Amino acid sequence: MKPPVKRSSGLDHGLLRRSATQIELVERRLFLKGAFSMGALALLSGCDLSNDETVEQALWTMSRWNDRVQAKLFRRSRLAPEYPESAITEPFPFNAFYDQAKVPRVEPDDYRLELLGLIGDKKPWSLNELYALPQVSQVTRHVCVEGWSAIGKWSGVRFSDFLQRIGADMSARYVGFKCADDYYTSIDMDTALHAQTLLAFTYRDQLLPAQYGFPMKLRMPTKLGFKNPKHIMAIYVTNTYPGGYWEDQGYNWFSGS
Amino acid sequence: MDEVSADRSDQQRFVHVHPFTVRVTHWINAAAIVAMIASGWRIYNASPLFDFRFPASLTLGGWLAGALRWHFAVLWLLTINGLTYLLYSRWSGHFRRDLGPITFRNLIQDLQHALTGKLVHEFGVYNTVQRAAYVGVIIVIVLLVLSGLAVWKPVQLQELAAIMGGYEGARLVHFFAMCFLVAFIVMHIIMVLLVPRSLPPMITGRARRPPPPVQEEKPKPVLPNTEAGDAL
Repeated sequence: MKPPVKRSSGLDHGLLRRSATQIELVERRLFLKGAFSMGALALLSGCDLSNDETVEQALWTMSRWNDRVQAKLFRRSRLAPEYPESAITEPFPFNAFYDQAKVPRVEPDDYRLELLGLIGDKKPWSLNELYALPQVSQVTRHVCVEGWSAIGKWSGVRFSDFLQRIGADMSARYVGFKCADDYYTSIDMDTALHAQTLLAFTYRDQLLPAQYGFPMKLRMPTKLGFKNPKHIMAIYVTNTYPGGYWEDQGYNWFSGS
Repeated sequence: MDEVSADRSDQQRFVHVHPFTVRVTHWINAAAIVAMIASGWRIYNASPLFDFRFPASLTLGGWLAGALRWHFAVLWLLTINGLTYLLYSRWSGHFRRDLGPITFRNLIQDLQHALTGKLVHEFGVYNTVQRAAYVGVIIVIVLLVLSGLAVWKPVQLQELAAIMGGYEGARLVHFFAMCFLVAFIVMHIIMVLLVPRSLPPMITGRARRPPPPVQEEKPKPVLPNTEAGDAL
């Protein structure tokens, strides 16, 4: 779901900004200096281009490029594999940018889902109104950006149905989310309209426990875990790139599976 | 330069060992592979498959997001450079001429020769052990790219992921292919250290022909380091 917060000093260096020939020259020099061992790794990553602005810029540019490539690869008709309930991972891991003790407690009675931006009917929704909508279930694999994965079962309203119901502008580019724990993220409209993208209210047929995102999370088996916001308080539709908590720190924005 | 070689033309004195495209793609690949392994180790450390982590000092990227950005940026360099090499080698005959054929018998024979110190080193010709190792490492890198794509896109490329045993299977394939690659790199570097005169031709493309045995009468001026003289 969410990657570790700790951020050590960058060891980044400037291979990329160099032309192919320059890389070759660097390599030669390293080799001729007798850096034949795996110590060459240390040499390469320890050089003083670590915090070079140009390198940073190049890596951001490549990340934006990878967003575009992933959007092209994405097919709305492509469904994530579903699993039998016996495959569910036990226990399903808790993961956030804070300890489990700090999980936000949302009061169900006062809760109203706020709608903002390019949406026709911005009337806030109570939980009972949301529970009354037609619900679907899925048993899918959640893949974390850290590398681990876990299978879980979520149920809720198909997000595309909900967007339709509230008169969202489906030609807009982004859907953004604001959460009770000050987390925020955003997704592309194509993924928002994918059949397996759910506004999920339950986990394993029980109301979402607090640590899994009560009162609701957006469940997308087509995106990495950190793109699946928990404790959603507001949803907005926009054409202005909204970024996200981890995305603004350097994680790839599209992060599709 | 001694008088004898000064009299001979370049063509007589040097053997053309490695084509230009092979040299350029080799060094770009070397840089890309180092960056991929170093950033890959940092990504591994975020959620280790096994009970160990790679020393942070050997990794690239500083933290998970940085390592991922490196990994997915250099991926393009690695892939485009690799495709260039594969297409060139297929089209130019480099594969046919220099990397094939590999027969089991030749492989055993050359391995025996290598272990007993009887292997003949001829510039521009790979022995069968080398051929097998080079073809092997090409396959390993292709496997790394494919398993990496499966880890990256287990939904959009789910058929590819299924071949690897699903998402978790593809992670394992990716990890063990990396191990083979690292083992190759270690061996490759040991071999270069054992036969240092094989390194300069990978840079300049050519190697000095061994002088004909008859010219031994005339005493030659001693060069401080003949191999380095050959190289540059």
